[in-house]
Amino acid sequence: MADAAAIADTQGRGKEGEAGPPRRDFLKLATTAMAAIGVGAFAWPFIASMNPSASVLALASTEVDLAPIQAGQAITVMWRGKPVFVRHRTPEDIAAARDVNLAQLPDPQPDSARVQKPEWLVMLGVCTHLGCVPLGQRPTDQKGDFGGWFCPCHGSHYDTSGRIRRGPAPRNLEVPEYTFLTETSIRIG
Amino acid sequence: MVGLHKSEFKNPVVRWIDQRLPIPSLLQKEYAQFPTPKNFNYFWNFGALAMVNLVIMIVTGIFLAMHYTPHTAYAFDSVERIMRDVNYGWLLRYIHMNGASMFFIVVYIHIFRGLYYGSYKAPRELLWMLGVVILLLMMATAFMGYVLPWGQMSFWGATVITNLFSAIPIVGPDIVVWLWGGFSVDNPTLNRFFSLHYLLPFVIVGVVFLHVVALHITGSNNPLGIEPKGPQDTIPFHPYYTIKDTFGLCIYLIVFAFLVFFAPNFLGHPDNYIPANPLVTPAHIVPEWYFLPFYAILRAVPDKLGGVLLMFGSILILFVLPWLDTSPVRSMRFRPLARPFFWMFVISCVVLGYAGAMPAEGIWVTISRVGTAYYFMYFLVILPLLGKLERPLPLPDSIAAPVLRGGGPIPAGAAAKPMEKA
Repeated sequence: MADAAAIADTQGRGKEGEAGPPRRDFLKLATTAMAAIGVGAFAWPFIASMNPSASVLALASTEVDLAPIQAGQAITVMWRGKPVFVRHRTPEDIAAARDVNLAQLPDPQPDSARVQKPEWLVMLGVCTHLGCVPLGQRPTDQKGDFGGWFCPCHGSHYDTSGRIRRGPAPRNLEVPEYTFLTETSIRIG
Repeated sequence: MVGLHKSEFKNPVVRWIDQRLPIPSLLQKEYAQFPTPKNFNYFWNFGALAMVNLVIMIVTGIFLAMHYTPHTAYAFDSVERIMRDVNYGWLLRYIHMNGASMFFIVVYIHIFRGLYYGSYKAPRELLWMLGVVILLLMMATAFMGYVLPWGQMSFWGATVITNLFSAIPIVGPDIVVWLWGGFSVDNPTLNRFFSLHYLLPFVIVGVVFLHVVALHITGSNNPLGIEPKGPQDTIPFHPYYTIKDTFGLCIYLIVFAFLVFFAPNFLGHPDNYIPANPLVTPAHIVPEWYFLPFYAILRAVPDKLGGVLLMFGSILILFVLPWLDTSPVRSMRFRPLARPFFWMFVISCVVLGYAGAMPAEGIWVTISRVGTAYYFMYFLVILPLLGKLERPLPLPDSIAAPVLRGGGPIPAGAAAKPMEKA
């Protein structure tokens, strides 16, 4: 081992009297940095492979025909694996949604900011509390104290604009990105 | 002994851990200071390369399993989905596919290294036998992995290999039904193969650990095949062999990357891109290249049971090799008579591999038989006899002797080659 140490000494440190850090330190740092970059670059495809694949992204938007939905009716469609509530609101629903003192709301938002056309309310049917699907789509469902939706899991009440009014949910039901393709059809996503 | 470990680390955090769980000390001792013969050549890279390859296979495999469906109705499509839809899925699968081939290339070179330099001889018999266990586990894992894409070669390969067990007298057919979980290779077979294909690599990790522990008890063999006689014959593992292994690793990765990016299907079989069909057997069934020599041995024997026994025997014989080779000299460098027989053995393995890829008819059957005969002759006749008949060249006094001035008298025949390596 004495020989080995001697070899390391002559090769490892810079020439006698040379100023600055030894050459071996620089080589070590450069090698380690190169290896770290290599491993990082190699890790990226593995991380990226866990992102949604092309076949999942291909199903990322859903088109809905609104024509058969009568006023007062609602349908639920699947979009990105989650329920989307589409409700054809009656004039009474709309009036109830507009006639609210925003200052009293836990998550203040005017009804006009939540719809593109007042009679069509489109939003994610996922309670903002812990992700249950609220009741209120079917005529026989309990609709809560504000005539909108009621989440049976922990008792959140939503109004006819899908805004949280009472209960543990922190935010209004989320409105997804959607566009009217024609007067009576939309594309969600 | 109870009480904190005496740590020599200065960093307070490392020291605190080391006192309670002395893994840093262990690594320091076994991978940094570890005295290693100073005369390794590049054939001593392949153990480390195999370890890296195992890690690559496990990591790519875990990520592929996130996208794969082990069901006969979905398996093939899920693999195609990995290739087309999953982000970098093509890369993961091509690394995994070609990684299997790279693994066998590396491990076969590692084994031939051991055969040439006598690394299996006392006191390293158990180290060698653990290596044979790893080889068997690798073969089982590779075979079951090849079944998972559920292409034609997957299905018919699985059918042929599982049917080998039907050669066992009396209980054979029952064993095959048990292996299949049905009356043919079908969904239950695919499910259990997936489960075992995921399990076995971790068993390999366990045996590799034992392999490395055994290595660190006996120490490494070296190209001269003589034990280090003192500190002048060894150098610390780090940085001398970490850097040598890193250089070898770079070369290995270049070859690996060439396969993955420029010839990903070169070593595969196009028929496996046809979905499995239990009603049609492909005209010419061949296993993956790394099984071809053993496949040739199987087909060389005209008797079903005999062929199966010889095929398994060709690997199991490695377990008793330490006791078949009677020569006390390890390295072939000092065995002038054994050397040509060794190279003949290498050629017989390559020829068997080639014959295994050819149709089982005409001249290829004869060639397979000659190759098989030599394969077994080498272990059962040549090596046991050579130990008694051969007059080995004189061994150098120590590893350092041939290269250091005043290192003692240098036997003429033995000195030439070690000097080149220095």
